[in-house]
Amino acid sequence: MSGMVKRKKKLLAIASGGGHWIQLNRLSPSWKNLEVFYASTMPGTEKALLENARLSGQAIPRYFSLPEANQWQKLKLILLVAKITILLLRIRPDFVITTGAAHGYFAIRLGKLLGARTIWIDSIANAEEMSGSGRMIKAHADIWLTQWPHIANADGGPRHEGAVI
Amino acid sequence: MIFLTVGSHEPFDRLVRAVDSWCKDNPVFEVFGQITGKGSYRPQNFQYAGNLDIEAFEATLKRADFLVSHAGMGSIISALSLSKPIVVMPRKGSLQETRNDHQIATAAHLSGKKGIIVADDVQELSAAISQAQAMLNVPAIERLSQYAQPRLLAFLTGIFEA
Repeated sequence: MSGMVKRKKKLLAIASGGGHWIQLNRLSPSWKNLEVFYASTMPGTEKALLENARLSGQAIPRYFSLPEANQWQKLKLILLVAKITILLLRIRPDFVITTGAAHGYFAIRLGKLLGARTIWIDSIANAEEMSGSGRMIKAHADIWLTQWPHIANADGGPRHEGAVI
Repeated sequence: MIFLTVGSHEPFDRLVRAVDSWCKDNPVFEVFGQITGKGSYRPQNFQYAGNLDIEAFEATLKRADFLVSHAGMGSIISALSLSKPIVVMPRKGSLQETRNDHQIATAAHLSGKKGIIVADDVQELSAAISQAQAMLNVPAIERLSQYAQPRLLAFLTGIFEA
């Protein structure tokens, strides 16, 4: 309706720490018109995000710190799922985007249940086949991408729409 | 200064030990290592830390002439964003250094890209380090763009702003 202020769409940008997070950050120009919530694991991430926002004059980002966990750590995974659930219920994002791994997997599974549009970009570290979590998320990701053209496959496989480098 | 980093997730004793041995043979060069606290090998010939927070990692990276690293994309992107050469030795799945041989695949696909020198094994490390040192005297390697490929950014913007 004219005269109404359109609500900014909300995005949760989430990844495990290290290479996954570094790759996710390289996508930030694409979501400059969204209300963004970040979540990852490495100490110092929030400080670095705030510093980048200050230098580039962007809105102050909101960041949520999550525990580390990989597929072999069952108890930590349960805690992680609980934290991501709470986060998603608080944010109610329109979109969830991730470059992996476990953190992104759960955020897409749970985000999908809450009605978010979900985007999985498999890490560029998987140069010969989709990652394990990438294969498992296929049925739940609305957009399912590989960063390597030779892994893309029009016949039910991932799409390739470019890479983070 | 040479910055050794093995990423924050898993130890990589084989690389740490090889760099320690190189250091012993080349005492003129300063090495600083980020080696996780999870390994069993403790370097004798260089200073090291377990993990670094992002600020400390970036400060060390800036100070480094080049990197020696596992074949992790975080390390590779970090090095190339500052036009620093990087020697990578892939982790092997067969030695339980990571979950499978994906680092070997990554290294194979990135080998030949300017600034990336692959050492398949510890025997190749010394020659790879010499190659990185030689790169310091030639015109700088091209700095990696700060963001993803325009094609990928445009694709995502299309989804977000549809």
